[in-house]
Amino acid sequence: MATTDWTQQRLEQLRQTRVWRSIFRRGPARTNRTRSLAIFGNIGLHMIPVKVREKSLSVRATYYLGSISFFLFAILAITGVLLMFYYHPAVPDAYRDMKDLIYVVSNGVFLRNLHRIAAQAMVLAVFWHMFHVFYRGGYKPPHEFNWVIGVGLLMITLFLSYTGYLLPWDQLAYWAITVGTNIISYVPVMGKPIRFLLLGGHIIGQNALLRFYVLHCVILPLAAVGLIAIHFWRIQKDGGLTVRDDHE
Amino acid sequence: MPGEPKATEKPEEKNGVTRRDFFNEIAGGALTIAGLGAVAVTIKYASPNVLFEPPTTFRAGSPDDYPVNSVTYIQDQQVYIVRTDKGIWALSAVCTHLGCITQWKPEADQIACPCHGSKYQKSGTVQAGPAPRPLPHFSVVLSEDGALVVDKLEEVKETEILKV
Repeated sequence: MATTDWTQQRLEQLRQTRVWRSIFRRGPARTNRTRSLAIFGNIGLHMIPVKVREKSLSVRATYYLGSISFFLFAILAITGVLLMFYYHPAVPDAYRDMKDLIYVVSNGVFLRNLHRIAAQAMVLAVFWHMFHVFYRGGYKPPHEFNWVIGVGLLMITLFLSYTGYLLPWDQLAYWAITVGTNIISYVPVMGKPIRFLLLGGHIIGQNALLRFYVLHCVILPLAAVGLIAIHFWRIQKDGGLTVRDDHE
Repeated sequence: MPGEPKATEKPEEKNGVTRRDFFNEIAGGALTIAGLGAVAVTIKYASPNVLFEPPTTFRAGSPDDYPVNSVTYIQDQQVYIVRTDKGIWALSAVCTHLGCITQWKPEADQIACPCHGSKYQKSGTVQAGPAPRPLPHFSVVLSEDGALVVDKLEEVKETEILKV
């Protein structure tokens, strides 16, 4: 016990220092008021509610599907950035870099597979999350806007999945993107120009690979982060999660 | 209310529009035009003007290289050279459904797509499967030195057959 007291005294002293006070202005979170202020005053935490109903924390209320999707996204962002250290979005380097990651780079196969499997799991988790919210009636007022944001996030997840599919530059990638971009060209009037813009040409070549890489690594993740922030923030602004009364 | 500046005289209006409204409209309009312009410029920027793609015209050798009643696949160009007693035509090997590369099946006397099972006759006509259009015919001409020249950018009618 003496050690705990000593630690707490040191901690208290640390809390009184000028540097600590400059970072955490609110002081220790001992009362409900200071706990709330600690959440409000933190840029990462201010998007989540200060208080939630106990019911909405139970497993059966959400199965944590949204959180699972978010943590998979975090895993994908971290492993994705690490994969970028070895990957060149160029022909024919892309395929060789992918093979190097599997056979040459230390732990490369682990990171690559983690990225690949997490990506597949994220598509599953996001769909499951959507179905769960739908069948619980979570799209109803006052949550309609957050439902629309969620549909946007589903689209971004699928586009991320699709653009990432080309990057290994193997036969599977090539033909999947051939089929996919030909589907796009069936869009009335704008189909062919959209395909041309997406591929940066008429064929799936160097331009297409580079464009898919930039979409996959910069544009779509940034869009996802923005929408995820709004999605979380709106949960609190719309008055918490939709929870059925029979869930204890 | 304290702290709020005292309301001065009513702003001068002309035809019901104050100076502030007028400038707000001008600024809003200018920003809208600039925003749309930025989108247009970005789309134009993203459309490449020079492409480093393989040439679409190629020489396919002499007509004598293709026996009568044969279908020959030219892999580099994804084109079939078909020769029957009627003559020679060039057929795209790219499936009109979703762009997979078809294969000539001599035992079934048809062209088949491995992706979604479309089947074509060697004239390009769809026999089965989801393909929405027949395989396009490309223009084939005989050059002065007697070689077949195929232009993949120029699609021709099914009836235009090179007599040899």
